[in-house]
Amino acid sequence: MPALLELDAAYRALRRERAFRRELRDHLREYAGRETPLYLARRLSEQLGGAKIYLKREDLCHTGAHKINNTIGQGLLARRMGKPRIIAETGAGQHGVATATVTALLGMTCEVFMGAEDVQRQSLNVFRMKLLGATVHSVSSGTATLKDAVNEALRDWVTNVRDTYYLVGSTMGPHPYPMMVRDFQSVIGLEARKQIRAREGRLPDLLVACVGGGSNAMGLFHPFLGDPDVAMVGVEAAGEGLESGRHAASISGGRVGVLHGKKTYVLQNELGQISPAHSISAGLDYPGVGPEHAYLHASGRARYVGVTDAEAMEALQKLTATEGIIPALESSHAIAYACHVAPTMRRDQIILVNLSGRGDKDMNTVAQYLGVSL
Amino acid sequence: MSRIADTFRALKQRGEVALVPFLMAGDPDLETTRQLLLAAADAGADLIEVGVPFSDPTADGPVIQRAGVRALAHGTSLRQILELIAELRRGGLTTPIVLFGYYNPYFHYGPARLAIDAQQAGVDGLLVVDLPPEEADELWQPARAAGLDVIFLLAPTSDRTRIRAVLGKASGFVYFVSMTGVTGSRAIDPTDVAELVGALRTQCRLPIGVGFGISTPEQAAAVAGYADAVVVGSAITRLIESEIGNPGLVRSVGAFMRVLKEATRAPAGGPRHAAGAR
Repeated sequence: MPALLELDAAYRALRRERAFRRELRDHLREYAGRETPLYLARRLSEQLGGAKIYLKREDLCHTGAHKINNTIGQGLLARRMGKPRIIAETGAGQHGVATATVTALLGMTCEVFMGAEDVQRQSLNVFRMKLLGATVHSVSSGTATLKDAVNEALRDWVTNVRDTYYLVGSTMGPHPYPMMVRDFQSVIGLEARKQIRAREGRLPDLLVACVGGGSNAMGLFHPFLGDPDVAMVGVEAAGEGLESGRHAASISGGRVGVLHGKKTYVLQNELGQISPAHSISAGLDYPGVGPEHAYLHASGRARYVGVTDAEAMEALQKLTATEGIIPALESSHAIAYACHVAPTMRRDQIILVNLSGRGDKDMNTVAQYLGVSL
Repeated sequence: MSRIADTFRALKQRGEVALVPFLMAGDPDLETTRQLLLAAADAGADLIEVGVPFSDPTADGPVIQRAGVRALAHGTSLRQILELIAELRRGGLTTPIVLFGYYNPYFHYGPARLAIDAQQAGVDGLLVVDLPPEEADELWQPARAAGLDVIFLLAPTSDRTRIRAVLGKASGFVYFVSMTGVTGSRAIDPTDVAELVGALRTQCRLPIGVGFGISTPEQAAAVAGYADAVVVGSAITRLIESEIGNPGLVRSVGAFMRVLKEATRAPAGGPRHAAGAR
């Protein structure tokens, strides 16, 4: 707790500071490559024959996903707090890469905890992290996936709390992390809002984003929360189907619980033991969800749906074939839902999808799924 | 007055320090746990921490993690643990028992129901590792109403403000974590901890237990020189692990607890009568 109170105080002070905000803005522009385009997917929209689909191109950020928005923010915060050692958890490896990138940029040391199973399915990202100077710890305790990487990172943090900053990768963990990550990711929604207004003269009818821990979705949704006419759908990973029990849909298929310092929807058995999550996309493979998503679900402001591995895989191929954009498997869940709902909407309606990452990292998984040996 | 408070008062009169062994319920099975609880009492344990296994024990090192995995492998549940304690109480076991666990299984059981069921089973206190006092009310209120003590952790990083906040809710005793880290991670430096515990005494009227990293009788004796209770968890759990399958498991673990108790019976620096003035 003392470490969290210290972090909360440091963040609250810093976010009001003009110099920090400028430093963050400059890094996002010149290093991460913001702002990212808002792209009208014409061929996809026409083929579906309904609403216009816009893609917020977070896949074009440096390191290939929205994760860098948050790691730059927290990296600068850690430097200001005088913590030279950074630790992070990672699922797909995107957050690990984004963290290792920022620690290389800022000259800090970096250790990343990654489930042993994920180390195997994301070997390319493991190599990238090592090349960036990070030490990667393969975590084989528990289910050897993202939740266990979080456990191990927390254990390291309590042990080395005095000189170590835990750079959490999503809107999860104890306060202030969910709030802080949301704030740093809100740049997505703020830009998208401005861009769609300039382009269409109005706000979109529907926002769609995939939800694992929930940071890209929260980043897109948050600046639109005060716009009652903008509907929001968070797409969870339904894995092999909600009824199969093998999924990562904490809101659609879980119950309220307490995990990793937050009360939210959690996948668990009848005794309150955490159940393993399953998704073909390592980045969604977490048995909990950001507490603010739980709130948006409970209040009815946002709706949460599930998309299966197979549907996501189909959407990945569809977007690739129609637009020449290979989305990450995580983002493909959002694309799949947009493809599903667009034909039921009018042609003058607008769907804005967060294309949170690019698919290069997933080529092994996709090839294997399609039965192609590389 | 609670059984925990009574125990500490009696120990103080005898100039002794409490030995608090930690036993993971269901490791390797509940029948062994039943025998180990009796062996602990027989060895002179003054209070017993009974671990409630959880799938994601973020404050525990590998030894206690593995014990939890073994316990969960055959579905050890909170309900079974309470039934076991109730059975031992009916059989005459009087040693105070504190449940040591994580919040989600308690939350799922229902905090209000747990408080009543635990009290009826003969549990004396609850220690929830991942429940800070500012979030604890939904369990703290029914637990206190049922007469259970609620034990909180303090860390070397806790400053005076934090200590005050924790002490506002604490009862029974406070558990001082002897280092920054997870259970069983490394040997502690007794002189550092002695200083921190001494500083804590100026703010705290409750007995102070010290744990995380105490594994030998020598360390237990050293810690007993300045603490009111010595908690040994990973060292006992490691011994249980190494004895699984051996019919002498309960006897070996009992013997180890007896040696640990001897160490806290004669704390370093002589008996603690003199400390009675504090």
